Amino acid sequence: MMQSIKQQPFRAAVLVLVWGWLLFLVLAPNMLVVGASVMTRDPSTFISLPLNFDAYRQLFNPLYLDVFLHSLYMAVLTTLICLLIGYPFAWALSRVEKRRQMLLIFLLIVPFWTNSLVRTYALKLILATNGLLNSALMSLGVIDEPAQLLYTEGAVIVGLVYLLLPFMILPLYSVFEDLRQDVLLASHDLGAGRFATFKNIIVPLTLPGVLAGVMLVLLPAMGLFFVPDILGGSRNLLVGNVIKNQFLDARNWPFGAAASIVLTLTMALLLFAHRLSKRRLGEEGA
Amino acid sequence: MTKTLLSLSGISKQFDGKAVLDELSLTIDDGEFITLLGPSGCGKTTLLRMMAGFELPDRGTVTLSDADITQTLPEHRPLNTVFQNYALFPHMSVFDNVAYGLKMEKRPKAEIRERVEEALAMVQLEDFAGRKPHQLSGGQQQRVAIARAVVKRPKMLLLDEPLSALDYKLRRTMQVELKRLQRELGITFVFVTHDQEEALSMSDRIVVLKDGCIQQLGTPREVYERPANVFTARFVGQTNFFPGRVTRIEGERISVDVFGLRRELSKPSFRVVMNQPLHVLLRPEDIRVLAPDDTEGVAGKIVERNYKGSTLDSVIELEDGSHVMASEFFDEDDPTFDYSIGERVRVSWVDGWEWLLAEEGNEPLTDEEELAADDAEH
Repeated sequence: MMQSIKQQPFRAAVLVLVWGWLLFLVLAPNMLVVGASVMTRDPSTFISLPLNFDAYRQLFNPLYLDVFLHSLYMAVLTTLICLLIGYPFAWALSRVEKRRQMLLIFLLIVPFWTNSLVRTYALKLILATNGLLNSALMSLGVIDEPAQLLYTEGAVIVGLVYLLLPFMILPLYSVFEDLRQDVLLASHDLGAGRFATFKNIIVPLTLPGVLAGVMLVLLPAMGLFFVPDILGGSRNLLVGNVIKNQFLDARNWPFGAAASIVLTLTMALLLFAHRLSKRRLGEEGA
Repeated sequence: MTKTLLSLSGISKQFDGKAVLDELSLTIDDGEFITLLGPSGCGKTTLLRMMAGFELPDRGTVTLSDADITQTLPEHRPLNTVFQNYALFPHMSVFDNVAYGLKMEKRPKAEIRERVEEALAMVQLEDFAGRKPHQLSGGQQQRVAIARAVVKRPKMLLLDEPLSALDYKLRRTMQVELKRLQRELGITFVFVTHDQEEALSMSDRIVVLKDGCIQQLGTPREVYERPANVFTARFVGQTNFFPGRVTRIEGERISVDVFGLRRELSKPSFRVVMNQPLHVLLRPEDIRVLAPDDTEGVAGKIVERNYKGSTLDSVIELEDGSHVMASEFFDEDDPTFDYSIGERVRVSWVDGWEWLLAEEGNEPLTDEEELAADDAEH
């Protein structure tokens, strides 16, 4: 072992870098969070002994359970809307002529160059009481007085969908790109109509992309705390707001850490489901 | 006895303003093995896809057993396709792949099981029913694709270059198997290939296509021995083209002068006049290579020799600089016979084995066709 490291300094450097990164920047912080979650709140040092599961127990407090369920509901709704828009979008995108495809994907990615916080403020300008949307609707005569768009659940969901839609489209686009035309023709050839082909071939073959998209949208949709901060008012909190508040305002680190861990475990569960669906398609071990 | 199963008439198709099929008509008989042969871009695959219903013709009609199916969707045509890259459903087991077509027909479960097992037995894959396509070799995937297509008992099986992805040996095995299947099932096979050897060995009839037009339609023997034009002669097998000139016409016989040799031949089907230049075609295996002191033939020297196992293939340069390909079988009397490069020989052929073609307007093959023909030979 020692000898091989001496012989291949580059290899050794890469290994040290990768393992070092994982150890100090991924594993250690996560262990700190796990550690914090089982400690006791302390006003002066943030956390202190003894170890206990009070923080987890606190998660079942109806107040927080309500916030969690409402956040989950908004995240699921956001994910569904992203899926409903993203699926046909990605399908159509994969069928467009190659050169135009690249342009469309480029346009999809361009918003990433602007900070999402800034884009959320832009959305606020559009949705505000005398914002662009209300002015447009009033001048068109659709409504007589400005509608309350901002600080509603709808505004939060619009914001989340707006920020997260590309994360749904990109993995879906990738599975639609891999979908071979002759496999669909084979389905028709064997007597399946459009709907049967969609149900039996297209849906199962694009399922890994759906799951990847859901993963990339659902969890951030529970965590993007600045969206309700800017667009939602006080009644439309996300789990992310709770966590942020515990760390920055309430100074209850164990509770914030416990909430983070529950969120992380949800992510792990989704990853596992995604892996299973991929294995079913035979993409691994071939 | 033979009855028409499918007929195409006046089929035209353009892609991006370029004609792929041009006023093409063809009838396919019930129970025959017919091959569409041609270089890439000749329209053979488009023609097959039109039969399957994946493409619609711009003009013309497709008729199946007297019913016009020109606009019928693929799912409603009693034909099935074996795709070039198999197009198996990757998320389904072998069993489910084969059962798919029957499930779409909403057959009872017991019948589906029985027929799928029967189809898998036919391609010797009984033991692989539970596997996924990615766990099979290319040859096995090919068999699944065939089983999946025949399990529905189609009137016609369309095969789109089904063997092109297999290695040489496996391809030969599958050729034999496809022939056996066709005999056992009695289904009409329409087979697309660019491999002339495959076409010759498998087909009842061959359709030679070029630029969306039929060049020749006939049995393998007709296509090989009596090519209708220069393209077919060049594309199917190797051919020596000797320049000839008509020196005498008398009733049904003509005399042709080739390299100063005078040959007596029966009059070809096209019109000939005195002194008309002709192509005299001879397959390499029709050429006789003689000793340099022989009185017969034309003098030349060996410029290339290729040991092919059962034959010795050589190229002889004649004194006028033209090259002659010869392919001779080893015979029992002289198993060690061989040539050395530069060896002087005389070239002749059996009188009467020539095939005559009139000279055509645009003679030489384009580079692409030359390449395609080269491809097809291997």
